[in-house]
Amino acid sequence: MALIELIDLYKTYYIGDIDVPVLKGITLTIEHGELVALMGASGSGKSTLMNILGCLDRPTSGQYWLDGEEASGLTGDQRAMVRNRKIGFVFQSFNLLARTSALENVMMPLSYTAVHLSDREARDRAQKALTLVGLSDREHHHPSQLSGGQQQRVAIARALINDPPLLFADEPTGNLDSHTSEEVLQMFEKLNREKGITIILVTHDAGIAQHARRIIHIKDGLIEGPGQAVPAPAGAAGAGGKR
Amino acid sequence: MKILRTVNTALRALRRNPMRAFLTTLGIVIGVGAVIAMMEIGEGSSAVLKKQIASLGANNLIVLPGAAASTGVSFGGGTSTTLTPQDCVAIIRDCPAIRAGAPIVRVRGQVVYGNKNWVPNTISGTTPEFLNVRDWTELTDGEMFGDRDVANANRVCVVGQTIVRELFGGISPVKARAQIRIQNVAFTVVGVLSSKGANMMGMDQDDVILAPWTTVKFRMSGTAASATAASAASASSDTSSAVNSLSDLYPSKSVALYPTPSAIQAADTPVPVRFTNVDQVLVAARSAPEIPTAIDQMTDLLRERHRINLAMGEVDDFNIRDMTEMTKMLSSTTTLMTNLLLGVALISLIVGGVGIMNIMLVSVTERTREIGLRMAVGARSRDIMRQFLVEAVVLCLVGGALGIALGVGGSILVTALLHWPVQTSPTAIILAVVVSAAVGILFGFYPAWRASRLDPIEALRYE
Repeated sequence: MALIELIDLYKTYYIGDIDVPVLKGITLTIEHGELVALMGASGSGKSTLMNILGCLDRPTSGQYWLDGEEASGLTGDQRAMVRNRKIGFVFQSFNLLARTSALENVMMPLSYTAVHLSDREARDRAQKALTLVGLSDREHHHPSQLSGGQQQRVAIARALINDPPLLFADEPTGNLDSHTSEEVLQMFEKLNREKGITIILVTHDAGIAQHARRIIHIKDGLIEGPGQAVPAPAGAAGAGGKR
Repeated sequence: MKILRTVNTALRALRRNPMRAFLTTLGIVIGVGAVIAMMEIGEGSSAVLKKQIASLGANNLIVLPGAAASTGVSFGGGTSTTLTPQDCVAIIRDCPAIRAGAPIVRVRGQVVYGNKNWVPNTISGTTPEFLNVRDWTELTDGEMFGDRDVANANRVCVVGQTIVRELFGGISPVKARAQIRIQNVAFTVVGVLSSKGANMMGMDQDDVILAPWTTVKFRMSGTAASATAASAASASSDTSSAVNSLSDLYPSKSVALYPTPSAIQAADTPVPVRFTNVDQVLVAARSAPEIPTAIDQMTDLLRERHRINLAMGEVDDFNIRDMTEMTKMLSSTTTLMTNLLLGVALISLIVGGVGIMNIMLVSVTERTREIGLRMAVGARSRDIMRQFLVEAVVLCLVGGALGIALGVGGSILVTALLHWPVQTSPTAIILAVVVSAAVGILFGFYPAWRASRLDPIEALRYE
């Protein structure tokens, strides 16, 4: 079973009396363990698609199956639960809590669902996540004491704290120089390879998209072409567009 | 468990911007501090005010003997002679709601000193307790006569300011041991009362002479009194017979009709001794609310002592009067004070609450991205709501605690520097804590609701 299945997905915004169609019938399948790049110019509907895929928004019509669950009809609170359990987010501007240690930043998502964990267990999990991104020696540093690359790695650790099967990275290297960009991208590749986490990179930079095994182009609310054929790991067929 | 974690999160969020948290809570700190200081100072002044009104005689009760009647003819109030000094002693001893009491024997007459004369408003025979009953313990000169003077029926008196002005030309007579004559009996002035002014009816309360009631009763009062004095004297008291022989400049004793009985004869035929009566008993209740209790206790006691059986159709031979008008004034003043303070307290807390709401709204706007992030990682809208609500309540409670310290400190300072009366008020402290938590919930609710309604996509994109 595929991790993500979109069937004829539409999204229309209503601004006053004018209908603004943004997504115009998207059908897409992403398997477990894929590393996909989502590309498109601004205004192409790329962000809207990402918001729907990330359960931040709901489609106007069409079906969205996430991990065997129909996600298009969920209520706000149910979507919050799905985000907490199944999806990790990494943002362009890191979005770390200021004046809060790296460890506490990583622990933050646990306070919403993992109430059953004791403080010590939560701490252990956060330490493990930080070790995974190579920042075990920085856990008491505040964001302002960390470099851009380190901050983004803290954000990745935060995204991983609940062991989600799916990781969204929205322009993850937009605020980083080319060297640290490379580091962060290698981190994604490593996570994808070693932990089998499905990663969706949202970007407009073709150079970054090259790190993905499959590239999905969006233009005017539609997927352009069948998706670039890139050698994919076994079991993850790069069958974009139509099923 | 969950709420503990939320409180922890709230504290952490507040610690991230301690200056702003402090400024936010300053409104509550000052509000609660003002409330507590106001309540304490207000309660102190209210207590002083109550005491002052009480000193006007608001807590005083007057026990008067009832009307005597003969063959259906009533002689009017105060004519029965059944109220005794022993009743007064018993009232003080047996009525817990009574603070103090004193018997009063009244006479009226001319007072002469040197070449001046004056008719005082009141010449009262009483006990030293009288001043305590009237909250009039301050004397400008000399001292009050003592219990010994009462027991010995000594011819001493204390006089009010008006007497000093009229008879002594404003010069205190105590040092000169001046003697005044009241109805031809000479009294030594031993003290001068402080000025009390006119009472509520416009009667000059300083136009007064106080003397031991025994002296007034046995040496001065009218014929009825001298008759009782004589009977008391014949019964036992050698003091009073000695006193009588000394005091009567012009003996008016009737000729003895019978030969004096011997000791054996007296023992064989005991003469029932009727205690001497007094004109009224003035008592003070412990506090204004205890006045009804005091009246009930006295009524029961006096019925028992006077053996009045209501079931047999007998009626009370005494009346108890209270100062209803003054009591009303006392209670209305107290209510007014309380309401005034409550109003001030309410206003300052509302101002503090609006301050909290203001800053919380700013905080929600400023932390929009944080809210978006929290929502993105799985916070439901009620989690966000709870977080901001708890933050507001924590702010208010911390502010309340600081405010209590500030208020108590302030009122201590006021006592130390200005010598204002202050009374600590636990009610105010409890009230302040409850109200500050309520203010936190009330004024934190709208910002928290706003935060919880944010769209995560918009919030994440917010700059």
